[in-house]
Amino acid sequence: MALDRNLAAAIAVTRFGLGAKPGELIAAQGDPRGWLQAQIRPAQGADQPETPAPDAAARLIEFRDYQRRKRAAEMAHQDFDPVKEIRKMILADAGADFLARTQLAATTDAGFRERWTLFWCNHFTVSATKAQVATLVGPFEAEAIRPHVFGRFEDMLVASSSHPAMLLYLDQAQSVGPDTMAATFMSRGGKHAGLNENLAREIMELHTVGVEAGYTQADVTEFARAMTGWSIGALQEADAGKFRFRPAAHEGGQRTIMGKTYSQPGEAQALAVMKDLAASPHTAHHVSLKLARHFVADDPPPALVARLQRTFQGTHGDLAEVAKTLVLAPEAWSPEAQKFKTPYEFLVSAWRAAGVTPKALPQVAILNALGQKPYSAPSPKGWPEEAEVWCAPDAVIKRMAWAQNLAAQSLNGRDPVQMAGDALGARLTPLVATAIRRSETREEGLAILLMSPEFQRR
Amino acid sequence: MTDTPFIPSRRQALVGALGLGLSIEFLGRTAFAADGAGSNRKLIVVICRGGMDGLSVSPPVGDPNYAALRGPIAIPGFDSPGGALKLDDTFGLHPALAATYRLALKGEARIAPAVATPDRERSHFEAQDVLENGQTTPYATDSGWLNRALQAMGPGKAKAISVGATAPLILRGPVEAASWSPGPGVGRDPRLPAILADLYQHDPLLSRALASGLVTEAAAKVAGADARSALTSINATRGDTIASMGETARPPSQMAAGQMADQADAGGAALRPVLQQGLPVARQLGATLAGFMIQDGGPQLAAVSLDGFDTHANQGGAQGQLATRLAYLDAVLDGVAKGMGPAWKDTAVVVVTEFGRTAHVNGTNGTDHGSASTALLLGGALKQGGIVGGWPTLSQARLFENRDTAPTLDMRGLFKGLLVGQFGMDRRALDTAVFPGSEAVAPTAGLIA
Repeated sequence: MALDRNLAAAIAVTRFGLGAKPGELIAAQGDPRGWLQAQIRPAQGADQPETPAPDAAARLIEFRDYQRRKRAAEMAHQDFDPVKEIRKMILADAGADFLARTQLAATTDAGFRERWTLFWCNHFTVSATKAQVATLVGPFEAEAIRPHVFGRFEDMLVASSSHPAMLLYLDQAQSVGPDTMAATFMSRGGKHAGLNENLAREIMELHTVGVEAGYTQADVTEFARAMTGWSIGALQEADAGKFRFRPAAHEGGQRTIMGKTYSQPGEAQALAVMKDLAASPHTAHHVSLKLARHFVADDPPPALVARLQRTFQGTHGDLAEVAKTLVLAPEAWSPEAQKFKTPYEFLVSAWRAAGVTPKALPQVAILNALGQKPYSAPSPKGWPEEAEVWCAPDAVIKRMAWAQNLAAQSLNGRDPVQMAGDALGARLTPLVATAIRRSETREEGLAILLMSPEFQRR
Repeated sequence: MTDTPFIPSRRQALVGALGLGLSIEFLGRTAFAADGAGSNRKLIVVICRGGMDGLSVSPPVGDPNYAALRGPIAIPGFDSPGGALKLDDTFGLHPALAATYRLALKGEARIAPAVATPDRERSHFEAQDVLENGQTTPYATDSGWLNRALQAMGPGKAKAISVGATAPLILRGPVEAASWSPGPGVGRDPRLPAILADLYQHDPLLSRALASGLVTEAAAKVAGADARSALTSINATRGDTIASMGETARPPSQMAAGQMADQADAGGAALRPVLQQGLPVARQLGATLAGFMIQDGGPQLAAVSLDGFDTHANQGGAQGQLATRLAYLDAVLDGVAKGMGPAWKDTAVVVVTEFGRTAHVNGTNGTDHGSASTALLLGGALKQGGIVGGWPTLSQARLFENRDTAPTLDMRGLFKGLLVGQFGMDRRALDTAVFPGSEAVAPTAGLIA
């Protein structure tokens, strides 16, 4: 494909990566595709944000301890402000995690590796919209997603589906087989116990085969039965706050899901189902379509989707190979930038262009106003991709105001013409270059760069 | 200041609303048949996202199977403390819907207890798409039926506006939509908007959005919603941003879902302060919406969204997670009804959800994705009457696929009935443009007086 090398470098860094830091385009120019491929590292997986974050189990124990203190205070009629307490906890924990993640994104030399990672974080969404999950989103990404982003899809699926954050977010931890010892025991104690099909359904619909696969309600219920017992260790148990399979809650017996019968005992049954779901051609298609949609266009070229799907199926879900196929696919290198940046992508690329590392949470406050609250995707489907969603009139006004503030605070006498070249390279159009040159102040010049069509898109 | 009760201003209400998972979208037609019969009529569509449990909204406590199916989450009967608010021998309203019930007693609120979209897949995302796109299948079109209704009513100076950070499907489409939420305005550089407008000339999406945003920003200034002080109020009320992602500014029901995972926490005290702050905000939001609509040339169509109705676990009964959510809905509706003033007599409000929930309580004291649910109809424009559509009953043989309330009424018929009754819309336009391919679905008759 005879793409000019300077243009290819600009596409590599802005479309596949997170936007150019000064000097990054030069680093990519020698071999843009090679520059991307070098970021794929099967052995280590993704980078980890630099945070002293304890693991999910510690966070969960902390939350349960909060619940216990709250109950004790209530029973003793002591003063206890639960809203203040939990707010403090979420601010300290999730706030630190999120800030560290933005800092990694704003500074990394491997922008493609982090964008690829963020795609998977969104594919397997857990959201702070549930308070109990709020402090677990960071650990979830660190433990269930980042190690597996260049590994096998099936491994990431299992890691996600057995992580406490997901088990809580989609109510799996409480699901109990109706004909089990646990159900009998709980009903004797006056508690109602039974199936909850939330996680089983979303694994099928969102994480693997997708709704076009044509499964039925009965398939969902059967899978939910197979998943009973996938739970979390209680405070007094040795594996407190970690995944724990509870045989007493598992509904024994054969399950038939999408025409296949599973007679494995215990935990192995759901694992066998997941293995088949991960290997399904529907999953290969569903994931490939989402990847193409995220990286290339809201309505991506079918040839690209087919290419990704072939690799996914041919390598049994080897995500390093899928990533390689993506960056080498000619359809992914169209000179026209079709993707409109989400608020997070816009902020990160602006920080990179301006050479800014966000140092405090108020610097990410704009995400709320732009509709992308930190760690708080509105549903298990994750954040939307479509340009029409993010390019609302109000959002453009807010981006404009924010761009001016960033320019005023971070320019430090630099030349916006030079910055535009560093950020966009061959993607900078003469129209925008001229407007920046003619700007009345340097701040205005930088704001024009950040709000230009070629910077808003990738 | 500390002793002053918390009465939010309109601006604070909107700021708060963003955090409560509420958003409003307006569709306005300044040039709408100013001399015609429908010129003062208003229609508001409220979408409760997540799958709202109709069997709790309008509990059929008189249905012989209701109590057994629902077990611990059943709403108590009419005569019990915290029981359903009686509508007829079968149906009541959830006790949290007190303001709605007051309207019902005046003949200004009715229920349609078994309404569904044409979608039966029980996927939130597909069902919401079908509810908003007005088609029979998800992802069939990029435009929403409310937007197409506006287009079908006639060409001219129609306009649309949404309040909120992102654009919902129901109002996307050929009629241009504006949007607004509190913020810092256009910023410090007065030259920048014109420069960008010039740079966006080859990017229709950005170009339209910017132009529309600038017009709305100017209008907001005139309306006294000064952008700079709105930012101050965001900073003052939030202090920090990240806090809003988990706690005080989240929908209380969702907060409860986490906190009540431990059953001992059910109805926990943690909820109360949030609830007390949230209800006036929700009421004020409704009143603000009404305030926009009753202005001269104000919008005649609006859409409001509330999220947080996906109650898979610890749903609660007369109190608890869903009750909290319904109290918010009730407060918004109350604000709308009061804020409309004399215009309430020309107003119809319809409250819908993408699907109902299972008739049976599930294993975690919640309910899973189902089929039909309740639609609430409110407004002074309503015709008095009993339930809208049939009631299939909850006998096992009548449950859809042995688990859900069976649909008796196509939601498109309900919407069509409201569009015909309020605006005299043409049947053919409804069948072909607004709800394409819906010839077989008649507008529900007798909704509007």
